[in-house]
Amino acid sequence: MTKFIDYTLNGITNGAIYAAVALALVLIWRATRIVNFAQGAMLMITTYIAAAVINSTGSYVVGFVAALASGLAIGAVVERLLIRRVEHGPPLNAVIVTLGLYTFLVALAGMIWGDTPRSFPPAFSIRGYEIGGARYLFAPNDTYIVLVVVFVAMVLAALFRYTPLGLQMRAAAFKPEVAQLLGVRVGRMFTFGWGLAALTGAIAGVLVAPSVFVAPNNFDPILISGFVAAVLGGLDSPPGAVAGAMILGLALSYVAGYEGDALVPLAALVILILVLMVRPTGLFPAAKERRV
Amino acid sequence: MLQLDLLAADYGPVRALDGVSLTVEQGQVTAVLGANGAGKTTLLRTVSGLVRPSAGRVVFDGTDITRKPVEEIVRLGVAHVPEGRGVITELTVEENLRLGGLYRKRDAIPPSEIYEMFPPLLERCTQPASRLSGGERQMLSIGRALVARPRTLLLDEPSLGLAPLVVAQIMGLVRSLADERGIAVLLVEQNARSALSIADRGVVLNLGRVVADRPPQELAADEQLRHAYLGF
Repeated sequence: MTKFIDYTLNGITNGAIYAAVALALVLIWRATRIVNFAQGAMLMITTYIAAAVINSTGSYVVGFVAALASGLAIGAVVERLLIRRVEHGPPLNAVIVTLGLYTFLVALAGMIWGDTPRSFPPAFSIRGYEIGGARYLFAPNDTYIVLVVVFVAMVLAALFRYTPLGLQMRAAAFKPEVAQLLGVRVGRMFTFGWGLAALTGAIAGVLVAPSVFVAPNNFDPILISGFVAAVLGGLDSPPGAVAGAMILGLALSYVAGYEGDALVPLAALVILILVLMVRPTGLFPAAKERRV
Repeated sequence: MLQLDLLAADYGPVRALDGVSLTVEQGQVTAVLGANGAGKTTLLRTVSGLVRPSAGRVVFDGTDITRKPVEEIVRLGVAHVPEGRGVITELTVEENLRLGGLYRKRDAIPPSEIYEMFPPLLERCTQPASRLSGGERQMLSIGRALVARPRTLLLDEPSLGLAPLVVAQIMGLVRSLADERGIAVLLVEQNARSALSIADRGVVLNLGRVVADRPPQELAADEQLRHAYLGF
């Protein structure tokens, strides 16, 4: 029973991290219809930056803020310099550009920081809670991870639903031409959307770093999980992405716990294939339009 | 208010507009008529910057707006109501309306005033716009364009797919917008008869060229022109 509780709580923690990555992918997909395969590499870079800042200032908070700021900047710059040129071309061009960016960033990180994995400090203790004499794996730092992601998801939801900026971003994403005709600066909305997505990804990077260590390729698995979670949720819906991430987090945690870690990537891909075969629109597809 | 000088536009090798000149004065309705493919929609898209002209100029209120980005043209006070499905169906009715006035900040017309003009929209204000009927969608796109207090209104086929009674209502509304708010209206229509009933001037396009630019009574009286281009 203790095991089951451990696996469940671990699944929720992992699900929270997948949710942050999935949200980053969904934000970009909604705005520009591009799957950002460079997302994992982008959050790897911001996590390296956070690690360097924590190292030199000794403050986790300053490092976290550095990750957010650099995420916002990298996302915006990537959109302006690269994505803007392929946005209106065939979808394959954009895919190749994000894959190229992934390769470039991984190589760049290797050149700057080397291949040796570096440790990353957790924000809180990773010693599990002890309740009624039993010690669980779930630790204060896991509580922190879940709370941060819940907070981020709520802030994003509020931004999109209640602010003029969010309304303009949604309009630009759904019908860019109509939005333009209503005076929305669509290009700026896309740039900000990419920045916001990369910022969300940067949060995921900082949260997951203590358990995976920081190295150029160490964030690839969470990109895959985040991608599967986003597809599970329909790729178009932020709440769907969060729900998909939770389902995936739990499923993979049970697989890892009862069957072994080695099966996790395989299980993620099997889930992806099953979803694409059975429900290609995801478990939570966007509402259908009324046909007049 | 709005002046088009020898405007030309091409889609690849196809010339969609071929030296179109016309003016729309403040408080006046200029109807642009013609068959499918005459270049009517391209004309409006060129004015609002969605299509880049290959020659000619668009002057709005003394400013040359020919090469300006769409958003900037709109922000000067040129509102374009596109044909058919211009509402953003994923947003609610009220969100569509608020979106139209965001760049005007506090000077925007509040949604409540639009609901007074179009009562059916009030009942559905919190619903997604995908639930609206064709007539309601047309009301929403016109209402949304008015929120920003435009000085010029470009209307693309507002009567398309609507029942005759609704068409008459929309046309009456267009007339009153010009009379009461002094808006300069450029109205593109295939429904020549109802457009001419409220227009101050009628322009007939054929294959991208202006073949007539006259007061509406004269156009309606010219039987040859009517048969050749207007279909009534």
